[in-house]
Amino acid sequence: MSNTLHYDVAIAGGGLVGSSAALALAKRGLRVGLFERRYCGAQASGVNYGGVRCQGRPVEQMPLAIRARRIWDRLPELIGIDGEFTVSGHLRLARSESDLAALQTWADMARDFGLHAQLVSGAAFRQRYPWLGPAAVGGSLCASDGHANPRLVSPAFARAARAAGADVREQTELTDIHHDGTRFQLRTGDLRISADWLINSAGAWANTVAGYFGETAPMKPIYPNMWVTEPLPLFITHNLGVYGGGIYARQVARGNCVIGGGRGHGDGEYGQPSTDTTRAVMRDACALLPALREALLIRTWSGVEGETPDSNPIIGASRTVPRLLHAFGFSGGGFLLAPGVGEVLADLVADGATVTPLDAFSIGRFAAVATSPVA
Amino acid sequence: MSDERRIVIVGAGPAGVRAAETLVAAGVKPIVIDENARWGGQIYRQPPANGGFERSKKTLYGFEAPKAEALHSTMAALLPHLDYRPDTLAWACEAGRLDTLHAGRELCVPFSHLIIASGATDRVLPVPGWTLPGVYTLGAAQVALKAQGCAIGRRVVLAGTGPLLYLVAYQYVKAGAQVVAVLDTSPFSQQIAAAPKLARLPGTFAKGLYYVGWLKTHGVRIERDVTLVGIRGVDGVQALEWRASREGSPTETIACDAVGVSFGLKPETQLADLAGCRFRFDATNRCWLPEVDPARRSSVRGLYLAGDGAGIAGADAAELAGRRAALALLDDLGIAHPRGAGMPDAASIERSLKRIAAFREGIETAFAPPANCASQWPDDMTVCRCEEIDAGTLRRCIRGGEANEINRLKALTRVGMGRCQGRMCGEAALTLLAEETGKPLDAVGRLRSQPPVKPIPLAPEMYADDLAEIPAEARDE
Repeated sequence: MSNTLHYDVAIAGGGLVGSSAALALAKRGLRVGLFERRYCGAQASGVNYGGVRCQGRPVEQMPLAIRARRIWDRLPELIGIDGEFTVSGHLRLARSESDLAALQTWADMARDFGLHAQLVSGAAFRQRYPWLGPAAVGGSLCASDGHANPRLVSPAFARAARAAGADVREQTELTDIHHDGTRFQLRTGDLRISADWLINSAGAWANTVAGYFGETAPMKPIYPNMWVTEPLPLFITHNLGVYGGGIYARQVARGNCVIGGGRGHGDGEYGQPSTDTTRAVMRDACALLPALREALLIRTWSGVEGETPDSNPIIGASRTVPRLLHAFGFSGGGFLLAPGVGEVLADLVADGATVTPLDAFSIGRFAAVATSPVA
Repeated sequence: MSDERRIVIVGAGPAGVRAAETLVAAGVKPIVIDENARWGGQIYRQPPANGGFERSKKTLYGFEAPKAEALHSTMAALLPHLDYRPDTLAWACEAGRLDTLHAGRELCVPFSHLIIASGATDRVLPVPGWTLPGVYTLGAAQVALKAQGCAIGRRVVLAGTGPLLYLVAYQYVKAGAQVVAVLDTSPFSQQIAAAPKLARLPGTFAKGLYYVGWLKTHGVRIERDVTLVGIRGVDGVQALEWRASREGSPTETIACDAVGVSFGLKPETQLADLAGCRFRFDATNRCWLPEVDPARRSSVRGLYLAGDGAGIAGADAAELAGRRAALALLDDLGIAHPRGAGMPDAASIERSLKRIAAFREGIETAFAPPANCASQWPDDMTVCRCEEIDAGTLRRCIRGGEANEINRLKALTRVGMGRCQGRMCGEAALTLLAEETGKPLDAVGRLRSQPPVKPIPLAPEMYADDLAEIPAEARDE
């Protein structure tokens, strides 16, 4: 039919993963169609906290994280803006001696990947960070980490993909997705689409796409709860996290403190912040950062993100149909990784393989667990 | 409370007070939450309780003094029969609960039924120089007079459009302030054209005409169909420049030290939005409004909307809508309507509200905000004060094809992301977006509300209650 669009690769979902894949593939000269049912980079990719952090990641994510981190240094060249990316360092705080020991263990592991994290504690810590409350007894600083503005970065990847030749279509929902034995066939409205490859980067909605191929991943929607203060004098010098989680904080150049922790509410389609969570994190934030006391909180928000049981993403080939690649379920940790995932997906399409280990991210890992009681 | 019913009213203006009166008459005891220190709302705002000086209701409210007196005394008589919480901001609303802030302290208020009577604020559209000290909204100019007993300046220009323009001018001159000019951006022909609809409420229409006539006989300069060129000054307002809208008219400068300017009223819809009410675009109000049926039920079960917060209709309509909402609530509780003097029945209330709605259409026609005003905004004029975003930044984003929807524009430029959360600048951003894209206002989206409705302090009293720890499964890093 004349009204059929042909692509080498169709991508379902215009978040940061889909957009960076579109960019990487278009740069390799492939014909790419990127389809986003709302606006590119407007869901979890655009409303997340904005941490660009290798520190604290599990060992299986390290090669991907380090590959991704290198891309962040090239944002102006890649997407035309710096996205407010700041190499502030990430300070991961310890509340006890055992936390400190765990931070040391992580630093030892990271050194094998060429990543340096420096532990500080005791009087030196107190002297260096007088603006931290007494609950923090020490921390680990990963100087190469930082933070960026997701609202700007994620849509900019989609724009760059378009500029590189990808056909980026927003407010375009895909339906009737199937493989006819030769190619993927898709539809949006009256428009038919065919593609040799299909990338499923539909985020919290990726099971809808996977479901067309009889596949499903154990993923549930989560609604991270975040808020921001009015602009304050600059005092939070690093992107902050806490060992064991619960709260994370950064301060942007304009002075606003962006703080997250806990979860909001949602129905799978939309997320809303929770006032109880907001207030609990206000309490914890003021204990951690006493300078916040009496500052004004001006906005709270949430978004919809997909979380897997092991908090690792699903990246790689489908088990049911060839040339279908999944990349979703980042469980709240995808912002740093996504540009790297885009390159990895481009490797898989263009070269049939990638140097970045993906074994831990196979969709098959859950099936094995599910079938084990039968065996 | 052992009773499962928890009836909450937000707002103690004309709508909130009449809703409370109706409920109390039926034997229901509501909680009344109000942001103001004293009841009366904006229109019947009372001066501070211990302000050190007394002014008569006639001085404060003019022709409306009997209505103000009636509303105030009604609420005073109701106090023993309800749980009145003044000075209390309802800053968030989730299913079945409000979060409130009083004296720096958080209090969660669960409800089974909620009447939102949140009122209105000025519709703010920027004019070059609008961020100078000495520029106020017309509403703020009126509050200064009513509550603090002072004028916004010694030589005041009142500008923009809307019935409030003439009322504030009248009140200022009556109070002894110097109003050097009233500059209305609406052409007189537009007001003539609206006369048949305005005549639906002859008394109110006549009052409007009276204010204009009175101002003229007292030598106040009134200009219609004007374009506001800009407000000039260094550290504060020194002059206002304007010209007749007719092509080729010369610019005139009026020396002044304060300007009151706004373009009608805008419903405060944030709480209804946070509560999950469905919205529709309302052509008369030129904005998205929570859906409401003739009985004032919203799309959310157990949630009712009354007063200007659900669409501008004025104080008389607010009193009626407050009553109607309370009757609907009583119906939903299976409680009989109260009868007797001063308790109109549902059908007659709905008839009166219909008549007022027709009048309102006339008002909005007569005093429509200036068409295509955004095209005149210079690139370096601030649109969003909190985030310091100028018109040029917004234009570049829109013309670059990056945003054709308001939430997208917000995400990319930070417009409406600051302390006011778009309450002040949202109208301007929407107007600019619509003009730049050539789309009607209803096709460029609606700014989504996020809690808090107004900024809240990170004070210990905000989280002093027994808040749970963040659960282990939600401890993200």
